[in-house]
Amino acid sequence: MNNLEKKKNIKLLQGNEACAEGALLAGVKFFAGYPITPSSEIAENMARKLPKIGGKFIQMEDEIASMAAVIGASIAGLKSLTATSGPGMCLKQENLGFAIINEIPCVVVNAQRGGPSTGLPTKPSQGDMMQARWGTHGDHPIIALAPSTVHEILTLTIKAFNFSEKYRIPVILLLDEVIAHMREKVEIPALEDIEVINRKKPTVLPEKYLPFKPDEDGVPPMANFGEGYRYHITGLIHNYKGLPTSNSQEIDAFIRRLHNKIQKNIKDIIIYEKYSLDDAKIALIAYGSVARAAERAVKLAREEGLKVGLLKLLTIWPFCFEEVNRLAQQVDLIIVPEMNLGQMVLEVERAAQGKCRVVPYNRVDGELINPIEILGKIGEEIKQ
Amino acid sequence: MKTVIDEYIRKEMFPNMWCPGCGNGIVLGAIIRAIDDLSWDKDEIVAVSGIGCSSRITEYVDFCTMNTTHGRALPFATGIKMANPDLKVIVVMGDGDCSAIGGNHFIHAARRNIDLTAIIINNMIYGMTGGQYSPLTPTGKFGSTAPYGNIDQSFDLVELAIAAGASYVARGTVYNVRQLISLIKKALDKKGFSVVEIISDCPVSYGRMNKMKSPVDMLKWIKDITVSKKIWEGLSPGEKKEKYAVGEFLNKDRPDYTELYEEIIKKAQERGVNK
Repeated sequence: MNNLEKKKNIKLLQGNEACAEGALLAGVKFFAGYPITPSSEIAENMARKLPKIGGKFIQMEDEIASMAAVIGASIAGLKSLTATSGPGMCLKQENLGFAIINEIPCVVVNAQRGGPSTGLPTKPSQGDMMQARWGTHGDHPIIALAPSTVHEILTLTIKAFNFSEKYRIPVILLLDEVIAHMREKVEIPALEDIEVINRKKPTVLPEKYLPFKPDEDGVPPMANFGEGYRYHITGLIHNYKGLPTSNSQEIDAFIRRLHNKIQKNIKDIIIYEKYSLDDAKIALIAYGSVARAAERAVKLAREEGLKVGLLKLLTIWPFCFEEVNRLAQQVDLIIVPEMNLGQMVLEVERAAQGKCRVVPYNRVDGELINPIEILGKIGEEIKQ
Repeated sequence: MKTVIDEYIRKEMFPNMWCPGCGNGIVLGAIIRAIDDLSWDKDEIVAVSGIGCSSRITEYVDFCTMNTTHGRALPFATGIKMANPDLKVIVVMGDGDCSAIGGNHFIHAARRNIDLTAIIINNMIYGMTGGQYSPLTPTGKFGSTAPYGNIDQSFDLVELAIAAGASYVARGTVYNVRQLISLIKKALDKKGFSVVEIISDCPVSYGRMNKMKSPVDMLKWIKDITVSKKIWEGLSPGEKKEKYAVGEFLNKDRPDYTELYEEIIKKAQERGVNK
């Protein structure tokens, strides 16, 4: 049977369900979480499905504990997932930092709702974009992905696991209430058609193993606890052996390597899609559910003969600096619609380096940005 | 001369970072001797700690070790144990670590009765940060943040652990090491959530602020304030306030959380993949 004859597995799925499906395809075996809207369906799906495949689900006493349990399970060898929303994401920051400094693969979903604090349960927001980058303290790298359709939730969840295993870093999947709760057609790929990446294992004997000595790609091979490699993990800055160090050269090299392992692989990590940008004079840059409205706005603008295109960001962090810089040299104007008061627009401005005009378009009333508004904004800017 | 201790420590990490006279070293020795008595395979042991002087214990033992975040050792250990129930997971915490910032995790680990051994080194003070009072500092004692005496009522960790659902609960001291080794050994060997609170000394912070500057003064004090469970039961309520009962307080059999989850897996799989 060739690929064309294969029966497609098409389902109508909710965004959060698609996240669970993607995680299962990627090989998730552990979920720890705490109930919070609009992410709870991910936990509910995991509670039902994980034991069927011999995986484990646990509802912890809070979000701090969920993040800790996820890291513990990953160190013991299971691909691990947790999901939350803004208030819970705040609590996860402490141990998110622990996962970063110890290079523990795991995936953290933040189905964004309006904030600050209890904020707007449950209406959509994109207010946590900068929290995703800088939420936990200290100089640290992060990978964050933002799907804009239910199908993309599935594919980017798989990507999130793959990046986390490949680069030994927690990956944040940024949903928003709209795509977390909406239902759409999803084509579920067959397992043999997807790429699943597993963490690199040590190739040396336990007595020779240096748990934090990187290979050439900047990523150290990871022995799981219980596999005969006895070593130390600590939230303190550590040397190759994993033991705390106060040697300034070792400290400097360690922090720089954490960043560099991501920085030198940005070509692999940064994902975006371009719509009608070839001849565009005006570019929209959008992500998440707003990118859907932006894509529609491009079609409507083109019908009016306006040369508008869209750069849809799927990887948020690290930011696609080079592509935006190149785009700023091509177009006269970039409009950045966001469901916040201007977060990613700051990165866009930084990348544009003054080579074109960069204009934000914002909503923070808990309502979606719709295509007509964006079209209106384009018209307004053209008049100026 | 080689001792049993040498078999289990990371020698390169010595001398340790603890102050002279600190009880943590006695606890480290007792844990190692208890493990050696049980003839456990080092490759199967995971030691997890939080933050504080006591939590540095995990740096010194040659197992899979993890020095986690403040108060969070138990949820990290919960993830490890769930992922691989074959591992023997020991959690070492300080009094502030376990009963203040980690208090919620402590009661929930006990409630689940997950098969972990929690060892709490109770020196009644935050030692590493300079002697601030903790939830286990006795009322009336002094700390750097209790310069006029502590007005807080302290927790009784033993009662807390029993009420929350642990399977094994004991209290020992760094003064009575033989008893301590035996209590730790029983706790390690117990299926389910086991707790050993260890009354320990911090001459530098607690002792200095409470008129017991030398380690010997502190050990004598520990001897004076502790009585066996049997004697304690015969004391008047007023006398009980001044003393800590020492010994084994609970040893019961209850299904461990990881065993219960295996039942969930069976049930889920019987229902089939798509239901």
